Amino acid sequence: MLDFRLYMAQRLSALIMAPLVVGHLAVMIYAVQGGLSAGEILGRTQGSLFWALFYGGFVVAVSVHAAIGLRTVISEWTRLRGGMLNGVAMAIVATLLVMGGRAVLAVTLV
Amino acid sequence: MLDDASIAETDHAADSIAVSVWRGDASGGTWETFTVPRQPSQTVLDIVTWIQQEADPTLTYRFACRVGMCGSCAMMVNDEPRWTCRTHVGRVVKDGAISIAPLRNLPVIKDLATDMDPFFDKWVKAEATHHPSAGRHDDFAAVLPDDEQRVEASAGIECINCAVCYAACDTVAGNPDYLGPAALQRAWTLYNDSRDDAGGAILDAVSAQGGCHSCHSMGSCTHYCPNDLDPMGAIAGLKRATAKRFFRRGRG
Amino acid sequence: MRGGDPNAATRRPVRGHALWYAHIIHRVSGIALALFLPLHFWVLSLALTDAARLDNFLAFTELPFVKVAEFGLVFLLALHLFGGLRLMALEWLPWRAPHKTLAAGTLAVSAFVSGVFFLQAI
Repeated sequence: MLDFRLYMAQRLSALIMAPLVVGHLAVMIYAVQGGLSAGEILGRTQGSLFWALFYGGFVVAVSVHAAIGLRTVISEWTRLRGGMLNGVAMAIVATLLVMGGRAVLAVTLV
Repeated sequence: MLDDASIAETDHAADSIAVSVWRGDASGGTWETFTVPRQPSQTVLDIVTWIQQEADPTLTYRFACRVGMCGSCAMMVNDEPRWTCRTHVGRVVKDGAISIAPLRNLPVIKDLATDMDPFFDKWVKAEATHHPSAGRHDDFAAVLPDDEQRVEASAGIECINCAVCYAACDTVAGNPDYLGPAALQRAWTLYNDSRDDAGGAILDAVSAQGGCHSCHSMGSCTHYCPNDLDPMGAIAGLKRATAKRFFRRGRG
Repeated sequence: MRGGDPNAATRRPVRGHALWYAHIIHRVSGIALALFLPLHFWVLSLALTDAARLDNFLAFTELPFVKVAEFGLVFLLALHLFGGLRLMALEWLPWRAPHKTLAAGTLAVSAFVSGVFFLQAI
Protein backbone atom coordinates (compact mmCIF):
# COMPACT_ATOMS: atom_id res chain seq x y z
CA MET A 1 0.00 0.00 0.00
CA LEU A 2 3.02 2.29 0.13
CA ASP A 3 2.50 3.30 -3.49
CA PHE A 4 -1.09 4.32 -2.79
CA ARG A 5 -0.18 6.27 0.34
CA LEU A 6 2.61 8.13 -1.46
CA TYR A 7 0.20 8.87 -4.31
CA MET A 8 -2.42 10.33 -1.93
CA ALA A 9 0.21 12.35 -0.05
CA GLN A 10 1.52 13.81 -3.28
CA ARG A 11 -1.90 14.62 -4.73
CA LEU A 12 -3.16 16.13 -1.45
CA SER A 13 -0.02 18.22 -0.98
CA ALA A 14 -0.46 19.37 -4.58
CA LEU A 15 -4.05 20.47 -3.96
CA ILE A 16 -3.02 22.31 -0.78
CA MET A 17 -0.29 24.09 -2.71
CA ALA A 18 -2.40 25.10 -5.72
CA PRO A 19 -3.89 28.19 -4.04
CA LEU A 20 -0.57 28.86 -2.25
CA VAL A 21 1.30 28.90 -5.58
CA VAL A 22 -1.29 31.18 -7.16
CA GLY A 23 -0.91 33.49 -4.16
CA HIS A 24 2.88 33.32 -4.38
CA LEU A 25 2.83 34.15 -8.11
CA ALA A 26 0.54 37.11 -7.43
CA VAL A 27 2.82 38.33 -4.63
CA MET A 28 5.87 37.96 -6.90
CA ILE A 29 4.27 39.93 -9.69
CA TYR A 30 3.35 42.66 -7.20
CA ALA A 31 6.65 42.65 -5.31
CA VAL A 32 8.98 42.67 -8.30
CA GLN A 33 7.69 46.04 -9.46
CA GLY A 34 10.27 48.76 -8.93
CA GLY A 35 12.96 46.28 -7.92
CA LEU A 36 13.49 44.08 -4.88
CA SER A 37 14.99 45.10 -1.57
CA ALA A 38 15.32 43.40 1.79
CA GLY A 39 13.66 46.29 3.52
CA GLU A 40 10.59 46.13 1.27
CA ILE A 41 10.21 42.35 1.60
CA LEU A 42 10.75 42.25 5.34
CA GLY A 43 8.53 45.25 5.85
CA ARG A 44 5.65 43.17 4.51
CA THR A 45 6.41 39.88 6.18
CA GLN A 46 8.05 40.54 9.53
CA GLY A 47 5.76 39.98 12.48
CA SER A 48 2.97 38.74 10.24
CA LEU A 49 1.20 35.63 11.48
CA PHE A 50 -0.57 35.35 8.12
CA TRP A 51 2.67 35.10 6.12
CA ALA A 52 4.17 32.76 8.70
CA LEU A 53 1.25 30.38 8.30
CA PHE A 54 1.07 30.86 4.50
CA TYR A 55 4.74 30.16 3.86
CA GLY A 56 5.08 27.71 6.76
CA GLY A 57 2.33 25.57 5.30
CA PHE A 58 3.85 25.99 1.85
CA VAL A 59 7.22 24.68 3.11
CA VAL A 60 5.66 21.58 4.72
CA ALA A 61 3.60 20.77 1.61
CA VAL A 62 6.43 21.33 -0.85
CA SER A 63 8.88 19.25 1.21
CA VAL A 64 6.52 16.26 1.04
CA HIS A 65 5.57 16.86 -2.60
CA ALA A 66 9.10 17.38 -3.93
CA ALA A 67 10.52 14.41 -2.02
CA ILE A 68 7.88 12.02 -3.34
CA GLY A 69 8.22 13.43 -6.85
CA LEU A 70 12.00 13.16 -6.88
CA ARG A 71 11.78 9.65 -5.40
CA THR A 72 9.63 8.59 -8.36
CA VAL A 73 11.95 10.18 -10.92
CA ILE A 74 15.03 8.63 -9.30
CA SER A 75 13.41 5.17 -9.20
CA GLU A 76 12.42 5.36 -12.88
CA TRP A 77 15.54 7.00 -14.30
CA THR A 78 18.27 5.37 -12.17
CA ARG A 79 18.73 1.90 -10.68
CA LEU A 80 18.41 3.06 -7.08
CA ARG A 81 15.80 0.97 -5.23
CA GLY A 82 14.57 -0.11 -1.80
CA GLY A 83 16.14 1.24 1.38
CA MET A 84 18.64 3.52 -0.37
CA LEU A 85 15.87 5.11 -2.44
CA ASN A 86 13.71 5.75 0.63
CA GLY A 87 16.76 7.07 2.46
CA VAL A 88 17.37 9.63 -0.27
CA ALA A 89 13.69 10.63 -0.16
CA MET A 90 13.79 11.12 3.61
CA ALA A 91 16.96 13.21 3.25
CA ILE A 92 15.17 15.43 0.73
CA VAL A 93 12.18 15.94 3.05
CA ALA A 94 14.46 16.76 5.96
CA THR A 95 16.63 19.18 3.97
CA LEU A 96 13.68 21.10 2.55
CA LEU A 97 11.87 21.23 5.91
CA VAL A 98 14.93 22.54 7.74
CA MET A 99 16.06 25.03 5.11
CA GLY A 100 12.51 26.13 4.38
CA GLY A 101 11.71 26.48 8.04
CA ARG A 102 14.74 28.71 8.53
CA ALA A 103 13.72 30.83 5.56
CA VAL A 104 10.19 31.30 6.94
CA LEU A 105 11.59 32.24 10.34
CA ALA A 106 14.06 34.58 8.68
CA VAL A 107 11.37 36.64 7.01
CA THR A 108 8.62 36.51 9.62
CA LEU A 109 10.43 36.79 12.96
CA VAL A 110 10.51 40.25 14.39
CA MET B 1 -0.48 14.40 -47.08
CA LEU B 2 -0.47 10.64 -46.90
CA ASP B 3 -3.63 9.88 -48.87
CA ASP B 4 -4.02 6.85 -51.09
CA ALA B 5 -2.85 8.70 -54.21
CA SER B 6 0.44 9.86 -52.73
CA ILE B 7 1.09 6.46 -51.17
CA ALA B 8 0.57 4.91 -54.62
CA GLU B 9 3.04 7.43 -56.03
CA THR B 10 5.68 6.59 -53.43
CA ASP B 11 5.21 2.94 -54.37
CA HIS B 12 7.09 3.73 -57.57
CA ALA B 13 9.47 6.20 -55.98
CA ALA B 14 12.20 3.65 -55.23
CA ASP B 15 12.85 0.10 -56.38
CA SER B 16 14.07 -1.16 -53.05
CA ILE B 17 14.18 -0.37 -49.33
CA ALA B 18 17.09 -0.71 -46.91
CA VAL B 19 15.56 -2.63 -44.00
CA SER B 20 17.42 -2.71 -40.68
CA VAL B 21 16.31 -5.75 -38.69
CA TRP B 22 17.35 -6.52 -35.10
CA ARG B 23 18.76 -10.04 -34.81
CA GLY B 24 19.61 -11.72 -31.54
CA ASP B 25 18.23 -13.17 -28.34
CA ALA B 26 18.05 -12.52 -24.60
CA SER B 27 21.83 -12.20 -24.32
CA GLY B 28 22.05 -9.44 -26.94
CA GLY B 29 22.11 -8.86 -30.68
CA THR B 30 22.95 -6.68 -33.68
CA TRP B 31 21.25 -4.88 -36.52
CA GLU B 32 21.33 -6.54 -39.91
CA THR B 33 20.42 -4.74 -43.13
CA PHE B 34 18.53 -6.33 -46.00
CA THR B 35 17.72 -4.80 -49.38
CA VAL B 36 14.07 -5.58 -49.98
CA PRO B 37 12.29 -4.96 -53.32
CA ARG B 38 9.49 -2.41 -53.15
CA GLN B 39 6.05 -3.68 -54.13
CA PRO B 40 2.63 -2.03 -54.50
CA SER B 41 0.48 -1.94 -51.32
CA GLN B 42 3.35 -3.49 -49.38
CA THR B 43 3.10 -3.74 -45.59
CA VAL B 44 5.94 -4.10 -43.09
CA LEU B 45 4.77 -7.68 -42.46
CA ASP B 46 5.20 -8.31 -46.22
CA ILE B 47 8.78 -7.07 -45.85
CA VAL B 48 9.55 -9.38 -42.92
CA THR B 49 7.97 -12.30 -44.78
CA TRP B 50 10.01 -11.52 -47.92
CA ILE B 51 13.24 -11.47 -45.87
CA GLN B 52 12.53 -14.84 -44.31
CA GLN B 53 11.40 -16.46 -47.55
CA GLU B 54 13.95 -14.96 -49.96
CA ALA B 55 16.98 -13.75 -48.00
CA ASP B 56 17.41 -15.39 -44.63
CA PRO B 57 15.31 -18.35 -43.48
CA THR B 58 16.72 -18.07 -39.95
CA LEU B 59 14.75 -14.86 -39.24
CA THR B 60 12.25 -15.50 -36.44
CA TYR B 61 9.00 -13.56 -36.22
CA ARG B 62 5.33 -14.00 -35.28
CA PHE B 63 2.16 -13.41 -37.25
CA ALA B 64 -1.23 -15.07 -37.60
CA CYS B 65 -4.23 -13.44 -39.25
CA ARG B 66 -2.23 -10.80 -41.24
CA VAL B 67 -5.46 -8.74 -41.54
CA GLY B 68 -5.32 -6.57 -38.40
CA MET B 69 -7.43 -8.64 -36.01
CA CYS B 70 -5.14 -10.80 -33.86
CA GLY B 71 -2.30 -8.46 -32.86
CA SER B 72 0.36 -11.19 -33.18
CA CYS B 73 2.55 -9.23 -35.62
CA ALA B 74 3.22 -6.28 -33.29
CA MET B 75 6.82 -5.01 -33.57
CA MET B 76 8.78 -1.77 -33.22
CA VAL B 77 8.83 -0.06 -36.63
CA ASN B 78 11.15 2.96 -36.67
CA ASP B 79 11.05 2.77 -32.85
CA GLU B 80 7.23 2.93 -32.68
CA PRO B 81 5.10 -0.10 -31.67
CA ARG B 82 2.73 -1.06 -34.46
CA TRP B 83 0.87 -3.98 -36.04
CA THR B 84 3.14 -4.69 -39.01
CA CYS B 85 0.30 -6.14 -41.10
CA ARG B 86 -1.53 -2.81 -40.83
CA THR B 87 1.53 -0.62 -41.44
CA HIS B 88 1.79 0.39 -45.08
CA VAL B 89 5.41 0.85 -46.13
CA GLY B 90 4.59 4.19 -47.75
CA ARG B 91 3.62 5.61 -44.36
CA VAL B 92 6.86 4.74 -42.56
CA VAL B 93 9.71 4.57 -45.05
CA LYS B 94 12.22 7.42 -44.54
CA ASP B 95 14.92 8.10 -47.14
CA GLY B 96 14.38 4.61 -48.50
CA ALA B 97 14.95 2.94 -45.10
CA ILE B 98 12.96 1.27 -42.31
CA SER B 99 14.02 -0.27 -39.00
CA ILE B 100 12.25 -3.30 -37.46
CA ALA B 101 12.84 -4.51 -33.92
CA PRO B 102 11.07 -6.73 -31.34
CA LEU B 103 8.47 -5.07 -29.08
CA ARG B 104 10.04 -2.95 -26.34
CA ASN B 105 9.74 -3.78 -22.63
CA LEU B 106 9.50 -7.53 -23.17
CA PRO B 107 12.30 -10.14 -23.00
CA VAL B 108 13.45 -11.27 -26.44
CA ILE B 109 13.25 -14.96 -27.33
CA LYS B 110 14.81 -14.61 -30.77
CA ASP B 111 14.96 -11.83 -33.36
CA LEU B 112 11.47 -10.30 -33.60
CA ALA B 113 9.68 -12.72 -31.26
CA THR B 114 9.31 -11.63 -27.63
CA ASP B 115 8.33 -13.54 -24.50
CA MET B 116 4.78 -12.44 -23.67
CA ASP B 117 4.75 -14.16 -20.25
CA PRO B 118 5.51 -11.04 -18.16
CA PHE B 119 2.68 -9.23 -19.95
CA PHE B 120 0.16 -11.96 -19.07
CA ASP B 121 1.54 -12.49 -15.57
CA LYS B 122 0.80 -8.84 -14.84
CA TRP B 123 -2.69 -9.30 -16.28
CA VAL B 124 -3.37 -11.91 -13.61
CA LYS B 125 -1.65 -9.83 -10.90
CA ALA B 126 -4.03 -6.94 -11.63
CA GLU B 127 -6.99 -9.23 -10.86
CA ALA B 128 -7.97 -8.62 -14.48
CA THR B 129 -9.70 -11.98 -14.72
CA HIS B 130 -13.44 -12.40 -14.35
CA HIS B 131 -14.79 -13.10 -10.86
CA PRO B 132 -18.20 -14.73 -11.33
CA SER B 133 -21.11 -13.56 -9.21
CA ALA B 134 -23.56 -16.22 -10.40
CA GLY B 135 -23.54 -19.83 -11.58
CA ARG B 136 -25.09 -21.67 -14.48
CA HIS B 137 -28.28 -22.33 -12.55
CA ASP B 138 -28.90 -18.66 -11.80
CA ASP B 139 -30.91 -16.32 -14.00
CA PHE B 140 -29.17 -14.37 -16.76
CA ALA B 141 -27.79 -11.06 -15.57
CA ALA B 142 -29.83 -8.09 -16.84
CA VAL B 143 -27.30 -5.62 -18.23
CA LEU B 144 -28.69 -2.60 -20.05
CA PRO B 145 -26.36 -1.52 -22.89
CA ASP B 146 -26.75 2.19 -22.17
CA ASP B 147 -26.20 1.88 -18.45
CA GLU B 148 -23.41 4.33 -17.57
CA GLN B 149 -21.21 1.69 -15.99
CA ARG B 150 -21.77 -0.70 -18.88
CA VAL B 151 -20.75 1.99 -21.38
CA GLU B 152 -17.58 2.53 -19.37
CA ALA B 153 -16.88 -1.22 -19.30
CA SER B 154 -17.64 -1.67 -23.01
CA ALA B 155 -15.07 0.99 -23.89
CA GLY B 156 -12.29 -1.43 -23.02
CA ILE B 157 -13.51 -4.86 -24.06
CA GLU B 158 -11.99 -4.83 -27.57
CA CYS B 159 -8.50 -5.31 -26.14
CA ILE B 160 -6.81 -8.28 -27.83
CA ASN B 161 -3.65 -8.31 -25.70
CA CYS B 162 -1.28 -7.31 -28.48
CA ALA B 163 1.08 -5.48 -26.03
CA VAL B 164 1.53 -2.43 -28.27
CA CYS B 165 0.49 -0.20 -25.35
CA TYR B 166 2.86 -2.07 -23.03
CA ALA B 167 5.71 -1.47 -25.48
CA ALA B 168 4.80 2.19 -25.91
CA CYS B 169 4.82 3.06 -22.21
CA ASP B 170 7.92 4.75 -20.73
CA THR B 171 6.69 3.97 -17.22
CA VAL B 172 6.71 0.24 -18.03
CA ALA B 173 10.28 0.78 -19.25
CA GLY B 174 11.37 2.59 -16.08
CA ASN B 175 9.41 0.66 -13.45
CA PRO B 176 9.67 -3.16 -13.67
CA ASP B 177 6.82 -3.57 -11.16
CA TYR B 178 4.36 -1.47 -13.15
CA LEU B 179 1.41 -3.63 -14.23
CA GLY B 180 1.00 -1.71 -17.47
CA PRO B 181 -1.88 -0.17 -19.43
CA ALA B 182 -3.50 -3.33 -20.83
CA ALA B 183 -3.80 -5.17 -17.52
CA LEU B 184 -5.07 -2.06 -15.75
CA GLN B 185 -7.59 -1.28 -18.49
CA ARG B 186 -8.98 -4.80 -18.19
CA ALA B 187 -9.16 -4.43 -14.40
CA TRP B 188 -11.20 -1.23 -14.87
CA THR B 189 -13.44 -3.00 -17.40
CA LEU B 190 -14.21 -5.75 -14.89
CA TYR B 191 -14.66 -3.24 -12.06
CA ASN B 192 -17.49 -1.71 -14.10
CA ASP B 193 -18.94 -5.06 -15.12
CA SER B 194 -22.05 -5.62 -13.01
CA ARG B 195 -21.57 -9.39 -13.27
CA ASP B 196 -18.11 -9.25 -11.67
CA ASP B 197 -18.12 -9.88 -7.95
CA ALA B 198 -14.75 -8.63 -6.80
CA GLY B 199 -14.62 -4.85 -7.03
CA GLY B 200 -12.80 -4.55 -3.72
CA ALA B 201 -10.19 -7.14 -4.65
CA ILE B 202 -9.61 -5.38 -7.96
CA LEU B 203 -9.04 -2.04 -6.24
CA ASP B 204 -6.65 -3.72 -3.77
CA ALA B 205 -4.71 -5.35 -6.62
CA VAL B 206 -4.33 -2.09 -8.55
CA SER B 207 -3.31 -0.20 -5.40
CA ALA B 208 -0.33 -2.43 -4.70
CA GLN B 209 3.21 -1.72 -5.82
CA GLY B 210 3.32 -1.05 -9.54
CA GLY B 211 -0.42 -0.44 -9.65
CA CYS B 212 -2.46 2.27 -11.31
CA HIS B 213 -0.90 4.99 -9.12
CA SER B 214 2.41 4.56 -10.91
CA CYS B 215 0.86 5.84 -14.15
CA HIS B 216 1.99 9.31 -15.21
CA SER B 217 -0.74 9.81 -17.84
CA MET B 218 1.75 10.33 -20.65
CA GLY B 219 -0.85 8.71 -22.90
CA SER B 220 1.42 6.72 -25.20
CA CYS B 221 -0.87 3.73 -24.64
CA THR B 222 -3.93 5.58 -25.95
CA HIS B 223 -1.87 7.21 -28.71
CA TYR B 224 -0.61 3.88 -30.10
CA CYS B 225 -3.52 1.49 -29.44
CA PRO B 226 -4.42 0.01 -32.85
CA ASN B 227 -7.99 -0.60 -31.66
CA ASP B 228 -8.44 3.06 -30.60
CA LEU B 229 -8.94 2.12 -26.94
CA ASP B 230 -8.13 4.49 -24.07
CA PRO B 231 -6.10 2.74 -21.36
CA MET B 232 -5.00 6.12 -19.96
CA GLY B 233 -8.64 7.01 -19.31
CA ALA B 234 -9.28 3.60 -17.75
CA ILE B 235 -6.32 4.01 -15.40
CA ALA B 236 -7.59 7.47 -14.43
CA GLY B 237 -10.89 5.75 -13.58
CA LEU B 238 -9.09 3.33 -11.28
CA LYS B 239 -7.31 6.23 -9.57
CA ARG B 240 -10.68 7.94 -9.10
CA ALA B 241 -12.24 4.78 -7.67
CA THR B 242 -9.38 4.18 -5.22
CA ALA B 243 -9.38 7.83 -4.11
CA LYS B 244 -13.16 7.73 -3.57
CA ARG B 245 -12.78 4.60 -1.49
CA PHE B 246 -10.07 6.29 0.57
CA PHE B 247 -12.20 9.35 1.28
CA ARG B 248 -15.30 7.31 2.10
CA ARG B 249 -13.66 4.76 4.33
CA GLY B 250 -10.46 6.50 5.36
CA ARG B 251 -8.33 3.58 4.24
CA GLY B 252 -6.19 2.76 1.20
CA MET C 1 18.26 2.85 -20.23
CA ARG C 2 18.46 1.63 -23.85
CA GLY C 3 19.86 4.82 -25.41
CA GLY C 4 23.30 4.52 -26.91
CA ASP C 5 23.74 0.73 -26.83
CA PRO C 6 23.91 -0.35 -30.49
CA ASN C 7 22.94 -3.86 -29.48
CA ALA C 8 19.77 -2.66 -27.80
CA ALA C 9 16.65 -3.57 -29.68
CA THR C 10 15.24 -0.06 -29.46
CA ARG C 11 17.63 2.79 -30.17
CA ARG C 12 15.61 5.51 -28.54
CA PRO C 13 12.39 5.92 -26.54
CA VAL C 14 9.10 5.77 -28.39
CA ARG C 15 8.65 9.00 -30.32
CA GLY C 16 7.02 11.92 -28.55
CA HIS C 17 3.46 13.12 -29.01
CA ALA C 18 1.48 15.93 -27.36
CA LEU C 19 0.72 14.34 -24.00
CA TRP C 20 4.18 12.78 -23.81
CA TYR C 21 5.70 16.25 -24.15
CA ALA C 22 3.31 17.46 -21.44
CA HIS C 23 4.58 14.65 -19.19
CA ILE C 24 8.25 15.43 -19.87
CA ILE C 25 7.73 19.16 -19.34
CA HIS C 26 5.94 18.47 -16.06
CA ARG C 27 8.73 16.15 -14.89
CA VAL C 28 11.62 18.42 -15.93
CA SER C 29 9.97 21.54 -14.46
CA GLY C 30 9.44 19.65 -11.18
CA ILE C 31 13.09 18.59 -11.05
CA ALA C 32 14.30 22.11 -11.84
CA LEU C 33 12.05 23.65 -9.17
CA ALA C 34 13.12 21.07 -6.59
CA LEU C 35 16.79 21.84 -7.29
CA PHE C 36 16.15 25.59 -7.13
CA LEU C 37 14.32 25.48 -3.77
CA PRO C 38 17.30 24.94 -1.43
CA LEU C 39 19.07 27.90 -3.05
CA HIS C 40 15.92 30.01 -2.69
CA PHE C 41 15.54 29.06 0.99
CA TRP C 42 19.21 29.80 1.67
CA VAL C 43 19.03 33.27 0.13
CA LEU C 44 15.91 34.13 2.15
CA SER C 45 17.45 32.91 5.39
CA LEU C 46 20.24 35.44 4.87
CA ALA C 47 17.72 37.93 6.27
CA LEU C 48 18.29 36.20 9.59
CA THR C 49 21.99 35.82 9.53
CA ASP C 50 23.42 38.45 7.18
CA ALA C 51 20.96 41.14 6.11
CA ALA C 52 23.61 43.14 4.27
CA ARG C 53 24.46 40.15 2.13
CA LEU C 54 20.78 39.73 1.32
CA ASP C 55 20.56 43.31 0.12
CA ASN C 56 23.67 42.80 -2.02
CA PHE C 57 22.11 39.72 -3.51
CA LEU C 58 18.85 41.53 -4.21
CA ALA C 59 20.78 44.33 -5.94
CA PHE C 60 22.36 41.62 -8.10
CA THR C 61 18.86 40.62 -9.20
CA GLU C 62 18.61 43.88 -11.13
CA LEU C 63 20.95 42.43 -13.78
CA PRO C 64 19.14 41.65 -17.06
CA PHE C 65 20.18 38.01 -17.22
CA VAL C 66 18.87 37.52 -13.68
CA LYS C 67 15.52 39.00 -14.73
CA VAL C 68 15.42 36.49 -17.58
CA ALA C 69 16.30 33.68 -15.16
CA GLU C 70 13.53 34.83 -12.82
CA PHE C 71 11.11 34.79 -15.75
CA GLY C 72 12.28 31.25 -16.48
CA LEU C 73 11.61 30.16 -12.91
CA VAL C 74 8.15 31.74 -12.87
CA PHE C 75 7.44 30.05 -16.21
CA LEU C 76 8.51 26.65 -14.83
CA LEU C 77 6.40 27.15 -11.71
CA ALA C 78 3.34 28.14 -13.73
CA LEU C 79 3.86 25.19 -16.11
CA HIS C 80 4.12 22.77 -13.22
CA LEU C 81 1.07 24.27 -11.45
CA PHE C 82 -1.28 24.37 -14.45
CA GLY C 83 -0.03 21.04 -15.79
CA GLY C 84 -0.62 19.59 -12.35
CA LEU C 85 -4.17 20.96 -12.24
CA ARG C 86 -4.83 19.32 -15.62
CA LEU C 87 -3.61 15.99 -14.18
CA MET C 88 -5.80 16.36 -11.10
CA ALA C 89 -8.79 17.03 -13.37
CA LEU C 90 -7.92 13.94 -15.46
CA GLU C 91 -7.58 11.77 -12.37
CA TRP C 92 -10.30 12.98 -10.03
CA LEU C 93 -13.00 14.73 -12.05
CA PRO C 94 -15.69 12.47 -13.47
CA TRP C 95 -15.93 13.91 -16.98
CA ARG C 96 -13.76 13.18 -20.00
CA ALA C 97 -11.96 16.26 -21.32
CA PRO C 98 -9.96 17.08 -24.46
CA HIS C 99 -6.55 16.65 -22.86
CA LYS C 100 -4.37 17.67 -25.77
CA THR C 101 -6.27 20.96 -25.88
CA LEU C 102 -5.93 21.39 -22.12
CA ALA C 103 -2.20 20.68 -22.33
CA ALA C 104 -1.84 23.35 -25.01
CA GLY C 105 -3.88 25.69 -22.81
CA THR C 106 -1.50 25.04 -19.92
CA LEU C 107 1.42 26.23 -22.04
CA ALA C 108 -0.49 29.33 -23.11
CA VAL C 109 -1.61 30.36 -19.60
CA SER C 110 1.89 29.74 -18.20
CA ALA C 111 3.44 31.89 -20.91
CA PHE C 112 0.92 34.62 -20.17
CA VAL C 113 1.45 34.61 -16.39
CA SER C 114 5.23 34.58 -16.64
CA GLY C 115 5.04 37.22 -19.36
CA VAL C 116 3.13 39.49 -17.01
CA PHE C 117 5.78 38.86 -14.36
CA PHE C 118 8.56 39.68 -16.81
CA LEU C 119 6.96 42.95 -17.89
CA GLN C 120 6.64 43.98 -14.26
CA ALA C 121 10.19 42.94 -13.53
CA ILE C 122 11.90 44.96 -16.24
